[in-house]
Amino acid sequence: MPLSDEDVREILRIIDESDLTELHLETEDFSLHVVKGERSEGAPAPTPRPRERPAGDAPTPSEPATDDGLATITAPMLGTFYRAEAPGKPPFVQVGQRVEPDTIVCIIEVMKMMNSVTAGVPGTIAEVVPDNAELVEYGQPLFRVQSA
Amino acid sequence: MKRIERVFVANRGEIALRIVNACQELGLETVVGTSEADKSGLAAREADRAVCIGPAPASESYLRDDLVVQAALGTQCDAIHPGYGFLSESPKLAIRAQENGLIFIGPPPEVIELSGDKLRAREEAARAGVPVLTGREIAPGDDARKAGDEIGYPVLVKAAGGGGGRGIKLARDADELGNLVSLARSEAGAAFGDERVYLERFVANARHIEVQIAADEHGAVVHLGERDCSVQRRYQKVIEEAPAPDLGPAVRNALTAEAVAFANAIGYRNLGTVEFILDVDTGKHFFLEINCRIQVEHPVTEAVTGRDLVKLQIHIADGRPLGFAQGDVVFDGHAIECRLNAEDVARGFMPSPGTLSLFAVPENLHLRVDTALCAGATIPPYYDSLMAKLIGHAEGREATIDVLQEALEELDVEGVETNRMLLLSVLGHDDFQRGGVTTDWLERAIV
Repeated sequence: MPLSDEDVREILRIIDESDLTELHLETEDFSLHVVKGERSEGAPAPTPRPRERPAGDAPTPSEPATDDGLATITAPMLGTFYRAEAPGKPPFVQVGQRVEPDTIVCIIEVMKMMNSVTAGVPGTIAEVVPDNAELVEYGQPLFRVQSA
Repeated sequence: MKRIERVFVANRGEIALRIVNACQELGLETVVGTSEADKSGLAAREADRAVCIGPAPASESYLRDDLVVQAALGTQCDAIHPGYGFLSESPKLAIRAQENGLIFIGPPPEVIELSGDKLRAREEAARAGVPVLTGREIAPGDDARKAGDEIGYPVLVKAAGGGGGRGIKLARDADELGNLVSLARSEAGAAFGDERVYLERFVANARHIEVQIAADEHGAVVHLGERDCSVQRRYQKVIEEAPAPDLGPAVRNALTAEAVAFANAIGYRNLGTVEFILDVDTGKHFFLEINCRIQVEHPVTEAVTGRDLVKLQIHIADGRPLGFAQGDVVFDGHAIECRLNAEDVARGFMPSPGTLSLFAVPENLHLRVDTALCAGATIPPYYDSLMAKLIGHAEGREATIDVLQEALEELDVEGVETNRMLLLSVLGHDDFQRGGVTTDWLERAIV
């Protein structure tokens, strides 16, 4: 028998009242995975499962090409934007350079942890948006890419 | 001497806005770190600057001390205010801030650590001469039944890493206790990363009364009176008030003196709250826990003392002396706070996130409303369901109840379910109006 909305609510209620943080339930008919999110004071709210993001290999959310044919590579995390591996080294990419989805385009530093960011899309770098060593926010545009 | 000029606000919702406003009044600049879900929130709009620190889930934004500190440094802030919840009670943020030359607006890391360890806090309280309930730690291999028999039933099983009403189980008899202890231990390990549990005597008819304290970095400690937070549902506060109704001067003096003594004994700094349980059958009181942050219910204390507690936190963190003595703290009138939550009371208090098509709070000289919401705002599903705090302040308790009843009746809210009717039922109930209800009252009498 499939789960009804009522069943799901009941399960959520039981988990809410317990100190469990995660429940994985699998039967022949259904599989249910519930993760209780972190919360501040007040009533609990169910939250989606947080994604693991290992440092050093950050997936890059790239927006689809817009009207002008440019795709945007956005910051996968907040941190300090570095165009090169180290001071004095050449930048990972320059305007006009061809990139593949797995080309490293920059580094974002969070508390001394260096996270390399890949292009995510193929194309040609048309613009570098932030200045080197600038604080970038989560989701902030980093590069514009002319689609291949 | 430290000097705070730009404050990073590591929180969201009404408390983030509250901190921004306090900073503005002090002439300080503010930067709010928001998740993606709160980018267009009122706190972000009011601040001098807002930076998006991560995606909506708190575990990827508001709970990331590394991102918070990086963002504070990157925006040239010199202090971090953690608000309540999230990273406010974790020593991680305080330590990382300190390591990076930032002022953490709160107690030092070792005090936060002690506050988070409910078992150690109990021991420290007892050492400072503050009465604690009979209880003790149950280590793996200990005979829980024997300990339970000695304390008497029912007995509470509490997680050392819990607090704030979390990680508590009630065992009615020895059999139930035997089963609960191992379950409690594994749940505590998963939820708090700390498997230690302890037993504590259960008080059937109890009131929750807490004392607001303030300690500067030069050794001065004062109290700012008590709050009664007995109207609770599943250990979560719904309505709070100051002063506690019908509290005799002897009990009030004992509670406040013990709170100050305890704060002195553990080297407390900045604002804190010492929570007590008052056994109404015997009139005896006992230490419960200490909270090392600004409380949700701080406005009732602000109302009756006329002091701005968020400004006081910043003032203390800046290294300045309190600037007033115990004798300067005077109390005026009665204040009650109602927590308006986006929740569906009829459906088991399910959170009710959504977009507010209408949200207008009435204006009244005796009413303060702390909220970061307005019509058109969205209550995201990722966080707690607190929408607004309505604080009434009038000369007497009855008049204060009137103010809140009127405010709740006039409140316009559409788009989400709220607990407004529940709040009105409490305010209008004879037991509440008489004053001095116990912590199990709300669930017995109304819910």
